[in-house]
Amino acid sequence: MGSTITEKILARAAGRDEVHAGDIIEARVDLALANDITAPLAIAEFEKAGFTKVFDPARIALVPDHFTPNKDIKAAGQSKTLREFARKHEIVNYFEVGRVGIEHVLLPDMGMVAPGDVVVGADSHTCTYGAVAAFSTGMGSTDFAAAMAWGRGWLRVPESVKFVYSGRPQPWVTGKDLILHTIGLIGVDGALYQAMEFAGEAIGALSMDERFTMCNMAIEAGGKCGIVGFDEKTTQYLQSRPEGSRARTAGKVLASDPDAGYARVLEIDASAVPLTVSRPHLPSNAAAAADLADVSIDQVVIGSCTNGRLEDLRQAASILRGKTVHPDVRCIILPGTQQICLDAIADGTMQALIEAGCAFSTPTCGPCLGGHMGVLAEGERAVATTNRNFVGRMGHPGSEVYLASPYVAAASAVAGHIATPEAVGAGKGGSR
Amino acid sequence: MIFEGAVHKYGRDVDTDVIIPARYLNTSDPQELASHAMEDIDAEFVDRVQPGDIIVAHENFGCGSSREHAPVAIKHSGVSVVVAASFARIFYRNAINTGLPIVVCPEAAREAQAGDRLRVDLAAGAVENLTQGKKYDAEAFPPFMQDLIDRGGLMEYVKSRVAGEGV
Repeated sequence: MGSTITEKILARAAGRDEVHAGDIIEARVDLALANDITAPLAIAEFEKAGFTKVFDPARIALVPDHFTPNKDIKAAGQSKTLREFARKHEIVNYFEVGRVGIEHVLLPDMGMVAPGDVVVGADSHTCTYGAVAAFSTGMGSTDFAAAMAWGRGWLRVPESVKFVYSGRPQPWVTGKDLILHTIGLIGVDGALYQAMEFAGEAIGALSMDERFTMCNMAIEAGGKCGIVGFDEKTTQYLQSRPEGSRARTAGKVLASDPDAGYARVLEIDASAVPLTVSRPHLPSNAAAAADLADVSIDQVVIGSCTNGRLEDLRQAASILRGKTVHPDVRCIILPGTQQICLDAIADGTMQALIEAGCAFSTPTCGPCLGGHMGVLAEGERAVATTNRNFVGRMGHPGSEVYLASPYVAAASAVAGHIATPEAVGAGKGGSR
Repeated sequence: MIFEGAVHKYGRDVDTDVIIPARYLNTSDPQELASHAMEDIDAEFVDRVQPGDIIVAHENFGCGSSREHAPVAIKHSGVSVVVAASFARIFYRNAINTGLPIVVCPEAAREAQAGDRLRVDLAAGAVENLTQGKKYDAEAFPPFMQDLIDRGGLMEYVKSRVAGEGV
């Protein structure tokens, strides 16, 4: 029997010829990351254990993106902890406010992840980097502390589930709709401890931004990682990373064998996937956006590590251009990085969004986890392009979050209730 | 280790946002985190919980965020052990790494009711519902995990590995 791409990456990282699902390995870590919430605990563990140096300052990233620009005095203290640790250990990949972005948008865009890499992060959405054919997974602070000291991490090689998407999606239907629909099919523990491998004609047709979105939400099905095979689009993305970056100079292209073993294979007809919205309070509560027009809203959030990339903002702007945000709605835009802001300025995206009445934020996780920059009051309801709609996720435990794509979120901002692009008179559309 | 206490019962998919809401993650002080444990799923939990009490839940306990603050908040609230039908992957690692005892035992998790008295023998892998008079076998930790626990936890393990390799 052959191997999956995940098994091949992990075998290489463990220095073995092959590994199989269920094996416990010690994997070499190519990149370890943490943020302003998870790093302080890790730094405390690292120092308590008596470690005085990190395994490789260039392979660690500290990204203060959650409660920054510092939302309060305690948050400022946590950022300070990161900053001082980064200085002390000469961690070059520490990103200060003004240069920082949302970690899972920033790090791949900076070229810090190459195909075949093993990335561990003290953030559950670390699974995002599977879009560049890397193995990446979220862990806790102590695991990150261990990786900082040791340069390795212990892992159980996961079984893989293969999701094969046939056909072409309908207009306006994006990678976000595909992943919300998929989580709706299998549930929030439908891929518990497993690798989610996304394949098929429809995945080949997705942009890199959409592939990042899909891998980002693997954790919402309990997955250990999400992963997409390497193709021409991966090459183009990697070759447009900064000169001399890891994405340009390193990496190992690996692919699943035709006879690789899967725990299961799910065939999904992408052409039958509707514009999808996940209702409160689980990402698996998927429904067709068109069936939720009676859900009125107070806020729309477009951005985050799930949908804060340039294409996402362009999709939102394509709906909002020449229209206005509904008088009863606050529409908040959270771009992933400063470069995305600059690109959105250059092509008129930011102007269209601001003219429509949106608030444009600096890159931050902000309201996605109820931190700041758009926290909900009791009884308020939001449509968000983020990844979680748990009780209290965006603020008061009596508030509600509906998860959606940028197209649906922007249309909802115009309508004042959950809406499809067609319902607000958007022209013939979709990226395909 | 043997724990005995009253059951606080929850359903499936208890996520880390309700275990410790992100609005309190501007600190990593264990007692402060504990003062908000389970707040968004059970606002009275912190007033009700007694030292040694046991959280029992259905499948996928601890899903969502990687925040290690979640097992820390539970542990420092006085809870002795969490019994669930299954745990989310990151929470499972985090519980081991922060020293919060956890037990996978689907039958005990299904049948226990709020307020029941439970007795959990970690070493023997036994769960007993004293109120209902029922005994259950819990799943053993995989050998690697047990070894990690026996060596004093992940950081102790890594310390010995780093020292051995002369890193």
